[in-house]
Amino acid sequence: MQIVVNGKKLEAKAGQTIMEATREGDIYIPSLCYHKDLTPTGNCGVCVVQIEGMAALKRACVTPVEEGMSIITDSPDIRKLRKELLSLILLDHDVKCPTCDQNGKCELQELINYMDISESEYEPIFTKAKVDNLSDSIVKDTTKCIHCGRCITVCNDIQKVHALCVEGRGFESKITTAFDSSLVDSPCVNCGQCTVYCPVGALKEKTEIEEVQKALFDPSKIVVVQEAPSVRTALGEEFGMDATKVTVGKMYAALRKLGFDRVFDTNFAADLTIMEEGSELIQRIKEGGTLPLITSCSPGWVKFVETYFPDFLPNVSSCKSPQQMFGAMVKTYFAKQEGIDPKDIVSVSIMPCTAKKFEAKRPEMNSSGYQDVDCVLTVREFIKMIKGAKIDFKNLPEGRADQLMGQYSGAGTIFGATGGVMEAAIRTAYAILAGKELDNLNVEAVRGMQGIKEASLDIPLKDSSTVLKVNVAVAHGLGNAKRLLEDVRAGKRSYHFIEIMACPGGCVGGGGQPYGSDIADRARRGESLYKEDSKCEYRASHTNPMIKKIYAEFLGEPLSHKSHQYLHTSYKPRNKVTGKQD
Amino acid sequence: MFYRSHLLFVVDDHSLGKGVKKVIKAIRDELAKNGLDNEVGVLETGTLGYISKGVHFIVYPDNLLYHDVTVEDVPFIVLEHFLKGRPVKKLCQEAKQEVDLAYSQRIVLKNSGKIDPESIDEYIAVDGYQSLGKALQMGKEAVLQEIKTSNLRGRGGAGFPTGVKLEMTAKQEEKQKYIVVNADEGEAGTFKDRLIMEGDPHKLLEGMTIAAFVAGADTGYIYIRGEYQLCISRLEKAIKQAKEYGLLGKDIFGSGFDFEVMVKVGAGAYICGEETALLNSLEGGRGNPRCKPPYPGVSGLWGKPTVVNNVETLSNLPAIIEKGGEWFASIGTPKSCGTKVYTILGDVNNPGLIEVPMGTTLSEIIFKYGGGLKEGEQFKAALVGGAAGMFLPKELLQIKLDFENLSKESAVLGSGAILILSERTNMLKVLRSILNFFLHESCGKCSPCRIGCKVLVNIVDKIVAGQADASDVQRLLSVSKVMQKTAFCALGQSPIMPIASMVKYFGDEIEKFIGEERKCK
Repeated sequence: MQIVVNGKKLEAKAGQTIMEATREGDIYIPSLCYHKDLTPTGNCGVCVVQIEGMAALKRACVTPVEEGMSIITDSPDIRKLRKELLSLILLDHDVKCPTCDQNGKCELQELINYMDISESEYEPIFTKAKVDNLSDSIVKDTTKCIHCGRCITVCNDIQKVHALCVEGRGFESKITTAFDSSLVDSPCVNCGQCTVYCPVGALKEKTEIEEVQKALFDPSKIVVVQEAPSVRTALGEEFGMDATKVTVGKMYAALRKLGFDRVFDTNFAADLTIMEEGSELIQRIKEGGTLPLITSCSPGWVKFVETYFPDFLPNVSSCKSPQQMFGAMVKTYFAKQEGIDPKDIVSVSIMPCTAKKFEAKRPEMNSSGYQDVDCVLTVREFIKMIKGAKIDFKNLPEGRADQLMGQYSGAGTIFGATGGVMEAAIRTAYAILAGKELDNLNVEAVRGMQGIKEASLDIPLKDSSTVLKVNVAVAHGLGNAKRLLEDVRAGKRSYHFIEIMACPGGCVGGGGQPYGSDIADRARRGESLYKEDSKCEYRASHTNPMIKKIYAEFLGEPLSHKSHQYLHTSYKPRNKVTGKQD
Repeated sequence: MFYRSHLLFVVDDHSLGKGVKKVIKAIRDELAKNGLDNEVGVLETGTLGYISKGVHFIVYPDNLLYHDVTVEDVPFIVLEHFLKGRPVKKLCQEAKQEVDLAYSQRIVLKNSGKIDPESIDEYIAVDGYQSLGKALQMGKEAVLQEIKTSNLRGRGGAGFPTGVKLEMTAKQEEKQKYIVVNADEGEAGTFKDRLIMEGDPHKLLEGMTIAAFVAGADTGYIYIRGEYQLCISRLEKAIKQAKEYGLLGKDIFGSGFDFEVMVKVGAGAYICGEETALLNSLEGGRGNPRCKPPYPGVSGLWGKPTVVNNVETLSNLPAIIEKGGEWFASIGTPKSCGTKVYTILGDVNNPGLIEVPMGTTLSEIIFKYGGGLKEGEQFKAALVGGAAGMFLPKELLQIKLDFENLSKESAVLGSGAILILSERTNMLKVLRSILNFFLHESCGKCSPCRIGCKVLVNIVDKIVAGQADASDVQRLLSVSKVMQKTAFCALGQSPIMPIASMVKYFGDEIEKFIGEERKCK
């Protein structure tokens, strides 16, 4: 259909809102609470526009287009209203820009600046409140909150976690948990999607930069670092580089410049995970174990299943996540290989994830005799450290990872995208069961951004004429996971293996990824991983020589006694209100 | 049984607070003691419109109104009036002038104060449920046409044509449809819906059923304020009775039309009077308003087409069906038809409820029906439409109260609350309490209202404290204008009404609070 915007004709689709149509037509309407990934709430009122024939102004974000509709998006009157409204909003915001993690990315800051709003002569009216920093992952500072409601939308509608809600009314209302308790006493799964969508830094990760820097300064400590597969997808966009490419070498180089003693790679541990999890799958299929087997790499998902789907706990793989496998191996295998006392090792991980901070602190994660992972930094914290050291990331010469736990296969790389774990597992499980490699290593059916993906695979068993039909499914975003599990529970769907990632898009869309990203960014980051995978020398986990080495020298074989001791874990149900285990 | 005399006690929320039940018991006991219980009947009924007459009742056929009666007065009244036939002059007045004036024009309140609201038989005796039967025979189309002809407009505040609203939902192809009665009367100084429901609950049920028939709804909800205990119990009783008589439930009048009604009690939020917030609350959610479109008529309760109407609106329907749309349209003004129920409050002699034709002047309402201002008081302003209404000054006393004439002055009829303020009123303090009301009742969903209400209260506090300058007054206007233009729902869009009219007509009073040195600054 056709609409008229500021006197010019514009093509629009039926069902679109004015905001969607104008953004598509490259016409900018200032907005604050609107985010294209989320159902609009119409909370802020900044996007009001004039529609011909209507007395009242209408919110562009929630008003559907109609054939022939004539819209004025900007005028002196509208501009004046927006400016006055924004100055009101600013009065209710604790302006802490220099210390705020969102500084420079804050959508309110940008809008205030863009709209040329001067400092108000009126006293701020925001309600003073204590910062909630009791969670291991998320910090909530309601004095910055502008009540856009995005965090609630993503937590309730997309993630279906329902940790956040509005309490109280009017000016006294605040965004909090049920019973106004701390996030640590709520069903929050620490996925951190709220932090990605928060426009003003009222929600952010609990920072551990200080601890990491302390370790780096301590000469008695060997500081070892691992970086998750998806970390390398988001750095380029932050440093003005080609965002469609991963930045592996520069990432290693930056870490060395920051002073880490050993630079390894989580991708290696991802390969290790596939060896264990693939073997677990084969064992369960062969021995009639609980099926479907469900992945356990995503700590947000793990807390979610413990909280909301405890009946599925026997289905969840006993494998630890790559981060925790890596942590356990650093303080055992690596320490032994290099003759270092594990107590002198500080194990740091760079993660796209806020839930990884929680996972590292789970009490059972100490199979090495020490806390397996000491500090977890999000991609945002990592970027902050790079910027803090004034490292010219874009022009850094490519570095290399240290070998022992730094080499990886393409299968490990694609862990960062939704469907990646599934694809990696298929590559290895097929090889083990069929006794030969897959003809085409690309399992396209499980790639892409569709919420729930399904595939069926025929595996000709070696030394037999039987063909094993394996049904698999992939879900990303906990809302999709919930939908999938409810169907499985109701017997509507049946699988052997399910991959679930808490965040939409998988880890490339993690809660620790840069602020201001959207679904399209996530899809692009995922694609860059598949591109990287196609260029890898080894493409399946079991072909990674360093994986062969660790089994030969330390672990023996997948699912061995030692593997179980270090690489596997168990789960317990959680209270739905407090998120606590009994 | 034949009684020579009837006592009609007004049992409503006001008289209950004054102990009407005790007085009724005392009078029954006293009559029995004197052997008069077979001669004098004692009945309970709904409001006459008075709210400041304590325990009051009308004696028929004498047509005398006893008021402010206490248990102690009872033996004397029975002895003098009912035994000796001498009315107690100091406790009663002739009911005629005051009551009948309004009665002759009543549609919605026609039965209130006359019949026992807890008896379906009494309602049927005054032709109750006849209109429903007639409507079912006429068929949907004809009923809709009649309602459209009547030009009935929503009495909740916005004045949307009821026929158009019903038609919108009737046209939807969805099988499941709902009708919701907005009985969450929250507007400051308004209690008309309460007294309508207390006085004649069956009329609402009948009107609601007619509307449901037209719209194609098989389920109705009455969303009612939790404070309205008497309404709730009378409505629930009425629903039960109507179901027993086959006037609700399956196959009403053998027409094949099914209709069930449920009462849902609200939890005391002004915002839940906003129709979409009401729907959220009805669904069990937080009472925040929803985006419009989609309008409830298309996608309302649980996403289904839903008609949301005010109590008074629906209570007009039985009369429209009975007497025809043209009859209704002949009352009032050409564009604002029918009557309007007002609550008159403040510095008048007869605060309470009246029902008068649309287009009645403010002056008539105050001086004719409201009994004029209290002794020694002069009229200063009327706040028409509740907190979200407008202050009308002396110069506008002759304004006709209807949708069009008020709209010309940028005012609204709103809920029909009329607060009369005398010369002695401190207008700024009235404004302050209105703004505090908005601050308290804002849901907090949208930024303009959530923050704006707080800023407005801060400014008016500053003015009252004598610490403001002229720019603060300007800021009151500019902030409320931002709210009017950008707030999500009518609540946040409203504070400009009292503020702008206050500044326009009573600006000099604000000036008084702004010190000389401040003005120079």
